[in-house]
Amino acid sequence: MEGGPWGHLPDTFDCFLALCSRVDQNRLIPVPYEVAVMMWDFAFGGIYDDAFSASLLTHFWVSIQRVYGGFLLAVITAVPLGLMIGRFALLRVMLDPTLSLLRPVPVTAWLPLSMIFFGLGPKSAIFLVFLGAFYPILLNTVFGVRSVDNKLFEAAAMLGCKGSQLFRSVVIPAATPQIFNGLRLGLGFAWILIVVGEMTGVPEGLGAVIMDGRTLSRTDLVITGMIIIGITGFLSDRLIVLLNNRLLRWSPQHHA
Amino acid sequence: MPSTNTSAQAPSGLPILSIEGLEKVFPSADGDVHALENINLEVRKGEFVCLLGASGCGKSTLLRIVGGFENPSDGSAKIYGTPIESPGPDRGVVFQDYALFPWLTVAENISFGPKHRGLAKSEIKETSQKYMQMVGLTQFAGKYPNTLSGGMKQRVAIARVLANDAEILLMDEPFAALDALTRAKLQEELLEIWERTNLTVIFVTHSVEEAVILSDRIVVMGAGPGHIESDISLNLPRPRDPSSIEFNDLRRDVSNQLRRHIAAAPKVRDAIDA
Repeated sequence: MEGGPWGHLPDTFDCFLALCSRVDQNRLIPVPYEVAVMMWDFAFGGIYDDAFSASLLTHFWVSIQRVYGGFLLAVITAVPLGLMIGRFALLRVMLDPTLSLLRPVPVTAWLPLSMIFFGLGPKSAIFLVFLGAFYPILLNTVFGVRSVDNKLFEAAAMLGCKGSQLFRSVVIPAATPQIFNGLRLGLGFAWILIVVGEMTGVPEGLGAVIMDGRTLSRTDLVITGMIIIGITGFLSDRLIVLLNNRLLRWSPQHHA
Repeated sequence: MPSTNTSAQAPSGLPILSIEGLEKVFPSADGDVHALENINLEVRKGEFVCLLGASGCGKSTLLRIVGGFENPSDGSAKIYGTPIESPGPDRGVVFQDYALFPWLTVAENISFGPKHRGLAKSEIKETSQKYMQMVGLTQFAGKYPNTLSGGMKQRVAIARVLANDAEILLMDEPFAALDALTRAKLQEELLEIWERTNLTVIFVTHSVEEAVILSDRIVVMGAGPGHIESDISLNLPRPRDPSSIEFNDLRRDVSNQLRRHIAAAPKVRDAIDA
């Protein structure tokens, strides 16, 4: 982590943690060294040898599956729906009231219902992640389609491009910058919601580990979970940015 | 389909474009806007016609109707006798702000039309290379529009419609956003292309000098509502020298006509008197 805009982030976090542990008289906040030991044990085991030793990969893998499962579900529904809503006024009029009314409802409020619908388990978590990622992707796609310069449609029409060809040749490429905005926001929300989703009583996952840490008053475990989610969320965002910059070679202003 | 190429079968006597009694009214909440009134115009194949007039005289609206982007409220606009209903590849439009597809390279922009007409890959490549060469952009084939200058973008826009076998070039103040030197260069290139290809060009401009440099015919338009004031034939040989006496006489003549029409519009006269 030398140089670059994020070079000092871990230092800052360390300082914050060190400060907190000094302020906290009851030693509920661990010092950075204790967190480091916990992380090592969580990843490789051999120190505490308890239920959490060397279990990082298991938790990490189920959380990744849920985050990307919910996220991809949101992508394959929200992007096509957004393209249609953006393009067809009739569909917009029909769907807008429902979508606008559901949008302000916090995803966490869906928790009880989703547990009834999908039971206590991974399906519920995936559903919450899906809900959280859906709206940013949908709204940005609609916005992207609606802000396509009308001149481009006219140019395409006079060159002989008509009807459904317009989707592939004009609408989708022109809306790609906004769609990617939505994907980035959506994936960010997905990582936020995985913790909520895994509070629904699933035994495995990074969110579940944090909940367990809370119940057991093991803040070193909680902080370990937070750090891992932070890093993974950051890396998956970089992945989207990489794809974004590759697909938007034509527009350096949209590079992130 | 009115938009398909029918030139080969077209009877030689028929004008390529004929407009009769055309009216255009834009409905709006605070009263209809009468944009064009009783427009009658015939353009023959191979002519270079400039529509000249001040802002708001409806010259761009007229061009948009020929392009198929707007429908006439009354009267008709026909290509070889077939009413214009929608945009089509036979009428290539060159917009003032280029309207290139920013996500496509120069070569891909030029190939856009041929690709959508379903030509074979080798044919598409051949066509795009031919027209890239014609406008001198071969070395920029792989560049994206945002890396090009205004003049280069407009060259791509022209090549794009030529590659699509356009018969009429509809140009809406295409060089208005360019600097004087680039504009002069592009005017020269456009004339070269026009002479080489037997295109018909309808060119909208508000610059008298540009109209006199380029056209066979200047159609002077007036505002309130938009109408044709006069139709001037130019018999000046090409290439035209803007510093020659003949050129300046002609320019003064057209300028005076245009000024007379503007002065004749009551609202404008009142505004000047006040």
